[in-house]
Amino acid sequence: MALDQETVLRIATLARLYIDEAQTQRFVTELSRILELAEQMNEIDTDDVEPMAHPLDQTLRLRPDRVTESDQRESFQQLAPKVEDGLYLVPKVIE
Amino acid sequence: MHAHSIRQLADLLSHKDISSVELTRLFLKRIEEHTELNSFITVDSEKALAQAENADKLLATGEASVLTGIPIAHKDIFCTKGTLTTCGSRILSNFVSPYNATVVDNLERVGAVMLGKTNMDEFAMGSSNENSYFGTVKNPWSPERVPGGSSGGSAAAVAARLVPAASGTDTGGSIRQPAALCGITGLKPTYGRVSRYGMVAFASSLDQGGPLAQSAEDAALLLAAMASFDPKDSTSAEREVPDYRAGLDTPIRGLRIGVPKAFFGAGLDTKVGAVVEQAISEFEALGASVREVELPASRLAVPCYYVLAPAEASSNLSRFDGVRYGFRASEYTDLIDMYMQTRAQGFGEEVKRRIMIGTYALSAGYYDAYYLKALKLRRLIADDFEQAFEDCDVLMGPTTPTTAFAIGAKAEDPVAMYLNDIYTIPVNLAGLPAMSVPAGFDEHHLPVGLQIIGQYFDEARLLNVAHQYQHATDWHTRIPEGYA
Repeated sequence: MALDQETVLRIATLARLYIDEAQTQRFVTELSRILELAEQMNEIDTDDVEPMAHPLDQTLRLRPDRVTESDQRESFQQLAPKVEDGLYLVPKVIE
Repeated sequence: MHAHSIRQLADLLSHKDISSVELTRLFLKRIEEHTELNSFITVDSEKALAQAENADKLLATGEASVLTGIPIAHKDIFCTKGTLTTCGSRILSNFVSPYNATVVDNLERVGAVMLGKTNMDEFAMGSSNENSYFGTVKNPWSPERVPGGSSGGSAAAVAARLVPAASGTDTGGSIRQPAALCGITGLKPTYGRVSRYGMVAFASSLDQGGPLAQSAEDAALLLAAMASFDPKDSTSAEREVPDYRAGLDTPIRGLRIGVPKAFFGAGLDTKVGAVVEQAISEFEALGASVREVELPASRLAVPCYYVLAPAEASSNLSRFDGVRYGFRASEYTDLIDMYMQTRAQGFGEEVKRRIMIGTYALSAGYYDAYYLKALKLRRLIADDFEQAFEDCDVLMGPTTPTTAFAIGAKAEDPVAMYLNDIYTIPVNLAGLPAMSVPAGFDEHHLPVGLQIIGQYFDEARLLNVAHQYQHATDWHTRIPEGYA
């Protein structure tokens, strides 16, 4: 399926990616080609096939609900671009 | 000395013919002398020498394992406490992990010495290493050609003998394809065999860590240390790690080899095909029997993969928001704009393409047509393998359709690039283990890889089969000119 500019911009917003006009144009072409590749999947009928999300049809293991982690807030916060008083700082959201 | 295998180096260390500190210095010097390959993003000499000193103490007490004191490198996708982990991306270009990946811990525990972190395609997305924020890696066999990807730095470094072995990850071929293009041995284990904890996630149902080494024997030594059941990885396999070395010398007389017809069709370079056929007849000479097998759904593995992997990636990479760690754009108007600018400046082109495709495939109205369709196709691809293994022990074919291509040759055409992984992708979709071993050269003296695919958790057999081949041939001992 060929994508149009509007769809590309909508997807970019969903993906939280800023794209300029030149890039939008490029994505229209490139993503349409990739979707063309993806559509080759329709050559095989899969109507009665059970979807396979994981190899070996694994299911996620559960563990006892116990505290196993130690407090590493300090070391984690050292990695952040902006922190203050133990809080992560982002631009103002509510006026 | 630098061309020695792990096995040989371990003997020298245990006989005290050399110390780990000396060995570590030797390889650190080689890395420094061969920056032209751009195979490393970070070299941590200080940490390496400290680990080597510890290893020497262990060696002195006689409590050493075979990997104690052996220098290795990690793909820069594995988190290393106190050492930069970039994943080849600007968005993690300043990220120093507060913890170790389980693979890193496991190798540290047995006394291996980490020299540094190898270059890679950003977030492991690529087949040429041209998608790294830290620049393209060069193939030591031919500097104007790509080393393959995404574990291209690991493959180039091992091929040039800058390090005896390195870790890698394989989501659609990222261990096997660069191993093939650089003429070394690479192993992608069964999904779940090696812990994904601390391995930056690309496509979680496909990602698997494994070794890149000079030989199957070295790969066996490494896998034995890397593999473990890890409660911190929810899909880690809860089964014992066998002694991969124990069966290496078993003769392979009677081995049943399946050759997928589909792997020898249009698109396969004729010289690569001829080298691979020659390798398979070598196995016949060793007493194996060969039969043709069908993997009909695998012809659609590439389209299937390029829906599933981007879908999982778009979800996994949503964590990079410029709030808790990593790069943040310097100018923005509000919170949403901060996310959008940070991600626009932090991610490279290929990563953005895959995030976009994945977001589209998962978006309302398209989920069934793309994502669900791909999951169903994935089952058919896995079922084909199951059927093929009913009367085969291993499958063999080419790892890649061509040998190493020129830097820039496919950079402008994403779909042409994706087709590099046509023979490796089906294995990831099924979750099976597979290796690439050096099998000869093409007319430009570029290495050709033979792919050997095994049944679930049958790594020991893969290693045995590869080791027997390497016992009978010497392709794996060839070193590129200028690095011998």
